[in-house]
Amino acid sequence: MSDQIAASGAPQDPFVSDAALKPAFFEWLCRMGDNALVLGHRTSEWCGHGPVLEEDIALANTALDLIGHTQMWLGLAGEVEDEGRDADKLAYLRDAFKFRNVLLVELPKGDMAVTVMREFLFDAYHHLLLSWLAENSNSPRVAEIAAKALKEVSYHLERASDLVVRLGDGTPESHRRMQDALDLLWPYTGEMFEGDALDTAVAEAGIAPQPEDLKADWEASVQEILDEATLKAPETAGFFHKGGKQGRHTEHLGYILAEMQFLQRAYPGASW
Amino acid sequence: MSKKEWPLWEVFISGQHGLNHRHVGSLHAPDAEMAINHARDVYTRRKEGVSIWVVPSKEITASSPSEKGPLFDPAESKTYRHPTFFDIPEEVGKM
Repeated sequence: MSDQIAASGAPQDPFVSDAALKPAFFEWLCRMGDNALVLGHRTSEWCGHGPVLEEDIALANTALDLIGHTQMWLGLAGEVEDEGRDADKLAYLRDAFKFRNVLLVELPKGDMAVTVMREFLFDAYHHLLLSWLAENSNSPRVAEIAAKALKEVSYHLERASDLVVRLGDGTPESHRRMQDALDLLWPYTGEMFEGDALDTAVAEAGIAPQPEDLKADWEASVQEILDEATLKAPETAGFFHKGGKQGRHTEHLGYILAEMQFLQRAYPGASW
Repeated sequence: MSKKEWPLWEVFISGQHGLNHRHVGSLHAPDAEMAINHARDVYTRRKEGVSIWVVPSKEITASSPSEKGPLFDPAESKTYRHPTFFDIPEEVGKM
């Protein structure tokens, strides 16, 4: 209900019909939407498989929140593109090389340590980004979506941080698994802070921050939790995996899409 | 199976400021802080609450069903104990 009210009463936003900015703005919105969509799908893979009932429900809630964000970001992306594609069409009918999510979110869910650590590393970034957008974005539509998503992501970050500390500073087994997860995922975090020409175009319009500008705050807040969790980020000598934002993905994304898109591909337009 | 279970907690939720906390169910959690988080995820998904209490289930002492008679029967058919004869002004609100 409130979603419908928000949609019909959406604020005027000159950027939505700005022809010069369109290619960059559309791609940037896809990056926002695809990060939420792919992480949401990965998180949903725990549904019915959680280690305890309570965690199972918490993870399913998180996944649903992220899919909700996807609808808003990709919905706006479709409006900006103005070629008749809505959020569903963008989610279900694009191929892997058209997806713009960072590689971090498409890696397999692994064990609970990988799931929790990934959520934490991404949430810390997601929270900073959404806070910036909600407060500073020149685009009223972007600010509105960010403010809505931020409420949920604040809880995601709080929950994930709490679990990282508990498991990192837990038993020898949980500590080992969390450190392994951190070693595995850390080399994928750099991509979140590496801007390209497209980021610059959107930043110059005042819609979003330069990704680099979030890095120092992210490192500080992540370091604080890792210290408390007695975990140590690996040395990477500046090397990071990247490419997802430009559509160059790991082999894992294809498998996600095969599962996620099967129904719409096999039965176009199917609904219930 | 020697899997160690987390302790059980009883969850109470107040749906509105000033209203009593009502028992809504129970859940497992390793400590109080996580019990609150779990309660938030399990019991307040549809905006049911503004406040959550959690209590370790083992701390609750229950009356015994076999003593039902002596405990409750004496109160039967004493309608005069119900304060139904007072008019409560509307401005008082929820009581």
